[in-house]
Amino acid sequence: MTLNLNPNFSEAGKRYFNAYTPADDFYELLINTHRDLSDEQSELLNARLILLLANHIGDIGTLREALNIAREGV
Amino acid sequence: MLKTYNYPKFEYRRPPEIASGKTLKVPVVVVGAGPVGLAAALDLQQQDLPVLLLDEDDTVSIGSRGVCYAKRALEILDRYGVGDAVCAKGVSWNVGRTFFREEEVYNFNLVPEPDHHRPGMVNLQQYYLEEYLAASAAARPEIELRWKNKVVSVAQGDRTVTLKVETEDGFYTVETDWLIAADGARSPIRRMLSLEVEGKIFMDRFLIADVVMKAEFPSERWFWFDPPFHPGQSVLLHRQTDSVYRIDFQLGWDADPEQAKKPENVLPRIKAMLGALDGKEREFELEWVSVYTFQCRRMGRFNHGNVLFIGDAAHQVSPFGARGANSGLQDADNLGWKLKLVMAGLAPAALLDSYSEERIYAADENLLNSTRSTDFITPKSKVSRTFRNAVLGLAKDHAFGRALVNSGRLSVPAFLTASSLNTPDGAGDSFAGRMVPGAPMDDAPVVENGKAGWLHNKVGHSFVALYFAQDAAVLPAPTLAALSNLSWQGIEVRPLVISAGPGLLAGDIPVLEDARGVAARRYDAQPGTVYLLRPDQHVAARWRSFGADKVRAAVARATCNI
Repeated sequence: MTLNLNPNFSEAGKRYFNAYTPADDFYELLINTHRDLSDEQSELLNARLILLLANHIGDIGTLREALNIAREGV
Repeated sequence: MLKTYNYPKFEYRRPPEIASGKTLKVPVVVVGAGPVGLAAALDLQQQDLPVLLLDEDDTVSIGSRGVCYAKRALEILDRYGVGDAVCAKGVSWNVGRTFFREEEVYNFNLVPEPDHHRPGMVNLQQYYLEEYLAASAAARPEIELRWKNKVVSVAQGDRTVTLKVETEDGFYTVETDWLIAADGARSPIRRMLSLEVEGKIFMDRFLIADVVMKAEFPSERWFWFDPPFHPGQSVLLHRQTDSVYRIDFQLGWDADPEQAKKPENVLPRIKAMLGALDGKEREFELEWVSVYTFQCRRMGRFNHGNVLFIGDAAHQVSPFGARGANSGLQDADNLGWKLKLVMAGLAPAALLDSYSEERIYAADENLLNSTRSTDFITPKSKVSRTFRNAVLGLAKDHAFGRALVNSGRLSVPAFLTASSLNTPDGAGDSFAGRMVPGAPMDDAPVVENGKAGWLHNKVGHSFVALYFAQDAAVLPAPTLAALSNLSWQGIEVRPLVISAGPGLLAGDIPVLEDARGVAARRYDAQPGTVYLLRPDQHVAARWRSFGADKVRAAVARATCNI
């Protein structure tokens, strides 16, 4: 599996009439999940989220690719 | 006063009721001659209703305010007789550039989708749009425009609304069956009727400056996040007509608006911005400057008995995405035919509830999208800012990052898929594509009597049954007879045949030739497919085969006559 870097959000059963909607749906969900948290709590939430998603992806080659891209830009 | 625009002054005339002392009785009054009130008056006029339009001022919008008119609004403006003028005077842009700090992150080119009459959007100062609409309204004797006529009180009775109107010559009284309040975000009528509007103020301030560019400057949209010349904030540059550019600086909540507006504070900012891309110095003149805050809110319902609220009076959004005037024009479009049917006794008053329901659905979509843009542009927390900046960093190299950048999602019409006026697809009728019941209809190039035109200009005002045929010439006589007789209980249903090949029909059913099959493709049509379109050009129902009974049932449903 190689890392998918193209737009890739969708939700089962949902019909989109505008291309921007799925990415905006996700982004809102992400920001709302952090609502009312302290900076420290948000950091913890992000760590937990990364671990959950990493396990879901599973493939370490893919994860390595993502980790490298993430690190390059920091 | 602006250097590039001369404000028209509309003539005030002394209302005859002041001398006579008589109460003026009319069927419909529209209050507010901004773009939405003018649109409502024109829509009702096209439904053959006489309209009294009252406005407290005698000119158009001061300062440019609304800037961007999207495709659906342009299609509606076509029906009000100003689409060509707006498109001719307005400017189109295709290239958008997004900057983060010092560098351009990416750019996009919105190549217009072919085979549509109108482009995705044009930019034009609001005063031009108002001027054109006012001229179109003034040319129609059914619309009586009274400038410098200010409504000072409203009393709502069971069947009528009574208005007290103030002029420089004194007061008079108007009694009307229906009142359309298009009197803007602060809506005095809403306040006089003690009606609530719920939502929130965004704790932010923006400075807008219109500048006249002295040198060539590209027709592009530039959006900066956190630029070096305005650290920590966002800046938008947009082209308008007459070499006027709109620049929108986010100031933050703590900024002093009076200080920010001073030329000595505005000019260096603009200078730095215009040179940011290539270091060149560009000459410009400041045309207009203003500081604003905005609100995201709407009324709980848009119809209150015989008072109907439209445009900013009913709902307000942040400016990102140009969803203010665009949605207000769609309110007018949605309301006109419904009010006409109710006034003519051809539909129950419940049809006006559907105005409120459908336009609330659209308003909520606009609020959602403009709030999302605002939250991306002005993050409310540290983590939100970190994510925003991470997206901008990734966007430079990766397509998924670009999809997440949200500097405004351009106004598009709501797909009213949940509307009770729709007839759902039948079990055996399966369709691909976007033209679901509730969809705003897609345009397509068509030929009528040898003359090239556009589908959206051939429909509207009344219900239309679109019948798709392979060859119009071979349609059986009973089908033609049934198509000619679809009007139901006084509600007009016009037939239109869309034919793959050229051909004429016996009788008076117009035939549109769909030579390249664009209409058939967009509507996923086969020979025999029928679409019922509402007067506001939304899809009401569709079938794979024609049946007059099915069409009539769908018309009944779309008019609350069931």
